[in-house]
Amino acid sequence: MELTRKLEILADAAKYDASCASSGAARKDSRDGKGIGSTGGMGICHSYTPDGRCVSLLKVLLTNACLYDCHYCINRRSSNVQRARFTPEEVVQLTLDFYKRNYIEGLFLSSGIVRSADFTMEQVIEVARQLREVHHFRGYIHLKTIPEASQELIEKAGRYADRISINVELPTQEGLDKLAPEKNLANTKQAMGGIRAKIEETVSARKEASQIRNAPRAKAPVFATGQSTQMIVGADESSDALVLARADELYRDYRLRRVYYSGFSPIPEPSVLLPIKPPPLVREHRLYQADWLLRFYGFDVGELLPREDPNLDLELDPKLAWALRNRPLFPVDINRAPRELLWRIPGLGTVNVERIVAARRHSRLRLIDLQRMRVSLKKVLPFIIAADHTPRVAVLEAANLRHRFLPAPRQLELNFNAPPPATPQDALMALSGQL
Amino acid sequence: MITATIQPTFSAWRGQARELLQRGIRPEHVDWCDATQTPALLMEEPAAYTARPPTDIKVPAEFLNLAASVCAHTDARRFAILYRLLYRLTWGGERHLLSHPADPDTRQCQVWAKAIGRDIHKMHAFVRFRLIGVDEATQREQFVAWFEPEYRIVQLATPFFRKRFASMDWSILTPHECAHWDGQDLTFSPGVSQSEVPDADAHDDLWRTYYRSIFNPARLKVQAMQSEMPQKYWKNLPEAQIIHELISSSGERMKQMIATPERPVKPMPDNAYLKKLHGRKRGAEGEG
Repeated sequence: MELTRKLEILADAAKYDASCASSGAARKDSRDGKGIGSTGGMGICHSYTPDGRCVSLLKVLLTNACLYDCHYCINRRSSNVQRARFTPEEVVQLTLDFYKRNYIEGLFLSSGIVRSADFTMEQVIEVARQLREVHHFRGYIHLKTIPEASQELIEKAGRYADRISINVELPTQEGLDKLAPEKNLANTKQAMGGIRAKIEETVSARKEASQIRNAPRAKAPVFATGQSTQMIVGADESSDALVLARADELYRDYRLRRVYYSGFSPIPEPSVLLPIKPPPLVREHRLYQADWLLRFYGFDVGELLPREDPNLDLELDPKLAWALRNRPLFPVDINRAPRELLWRIPGLGTVNVERIVAARRHSRLRLIDLQRMRVSLKKVLPFIIAADHTPRVAVLEAANLRHRFLPAPRQLELNFNAPPPATPQDALMALSGQL
Repeated sequence: MITATIQPTFSAWRGQARELLQRGIRPEHVDWCDATQTPALLMEEPAAYTARPPTDIKVPAEFLNLAASVCAHTDARRFAILYRLLYRLTWGGERHLLSHPADPDTRQCQVWAKAIGRDIHKMHAFVRFRLIGVDEATQREQFVAWFEPEYRIVQLATPFFRKRFASMDWSILTPHECAHWDGQDLTFSPGVSQSEVPDADAHDDLWRTYYRSIFNPARLKVQAMQSEMPQKYWKNLPEAQIIHELISSSGERMKQMIATPERPVKPMPDNAYLKKLHGRKRGAEGEG
């Protein structure tokens, strides 16, 4: 088969994996003139496809032949999709050629399961080994690992990769039993635990090595700096509360860098077991917002999703929805409230909270100061007290406060002539290379 | 009133600002002019003063970084506001001005610096190298790229490429300024026109194949793409040529997916590993 055709099939097969991050790798570069590439700090999105997703890594499968029968997956054994297989050398060459043209930050390699988990894992590792050892590639490598593979192989993968990941796919074992009969949540967790231990062991060994003077840097052990996972949303009946509770557990117990949420979307090879109608894309977006609130804003799952309402509001962002349920806590005085309380104000992000904390040491903040920080006044006004502003009690107590925040109805259109101005959030996301 | 006419670079501004500051000139008494935009008559005017050795006027390192970014911007007010910020930091005694994000001057400079940061980031992302040959003497591959940054960021943005692509020879050409790397030195030369750049690389087709295949037509989000990859960059991105085609065919592809008959479940193949997986699961079921 021609290389172009293989690339078509094996990139198409990989596109349902949402992860594309290339940030958070250890600092390395090729100034020694040997090999090529650099990582460290922020990832870079080298392009964007019309689905709004960033293209940061060459994301392909080594092969899309697969023994497993996961019904949400186009590559499952029951699918009639055309199968293809790259040789390790082909992936290595493609990665280098793309990298030198500055199309990509590196490689994200995954594979269908052929023969056995260990056999497949060895093939994937071989690509990474050639890149690192033969070509001295210092770009980013993300390897998908198979939880059933042996611990030795997972560790070996981690030595070549900047990030490794195992997809939990669905939040519950019942869901897996129905849709991915070969997958097992306990195996996945066990493998994640092993990776966590290895990452932490490496971090502390590195710290130790850097404290000993004159110790050559190269002696420090090398291992991936992070692990991540993905959950598919809308393929089974799981509520947002179940999804987020699982994510929260994974963040806490396995120190994951990221949990990706992938709204189930129709695939060209539909399964009898799956809903035809995809969940609204906005559900995925709300889950990411809630995920951010869990990790950076001090919220817990129960606050965002009370027992009586286990799904996120699709019309309002989760912080605003929470605030509307907890109005007695507001208004908050931005000149006096502690950080933890500022984080809870709808419309204030962590960056602006830091600005407020810094600025109020100099003077009492007024609305004009917030405006200069590009805070959306419309959103924050009902919830804050500033030097020149106190909201009327009636506003905060009004039954129709919710309506103030609903998006105005508008026509859907594809307008190429007037691209919308990028919001600061967009810029931030672009900088961090994250969704 | 003093007219300070300088080349629009950070080093020119710094030299001039240092001198004015040492003389204690207040910001409202200086009129900053860009030498490249000023009529020739004024440019011939001799400098009013000569350089003096720097004294112990100290500014935070943070200010110098900020100033280097702000000078790369194109807003005509940047030199004056930057000088005012400098004056307030030193003579004005407002030592902590930079940590005051609500101060209008600080905020304005941070906004400019952020725009510069974004432009640099986009340059790191959207430069596309084209292979033009191999140097016969050194056997190093040679690449050329054409890029049109919004601001004058070539010197700020190119050290990144030196670290990353140290083992290739490359030139990045832009309308204002060009950068060249030969394995030893990073050098800069005046801007050129796009006609000097080869307009395709054999790998562009393969890259478009990848771009086409990684796109998921079932989740079209054109606005999200455009806010990160504004149209002004499209003309120099090989993959952007097929964006319209991908968008316009996505509806039809989506319809086809939904119309495709559902595939029946195939029986489990005869594979030892799979049998072991399923066997273990059945064994574990009793434990709940």
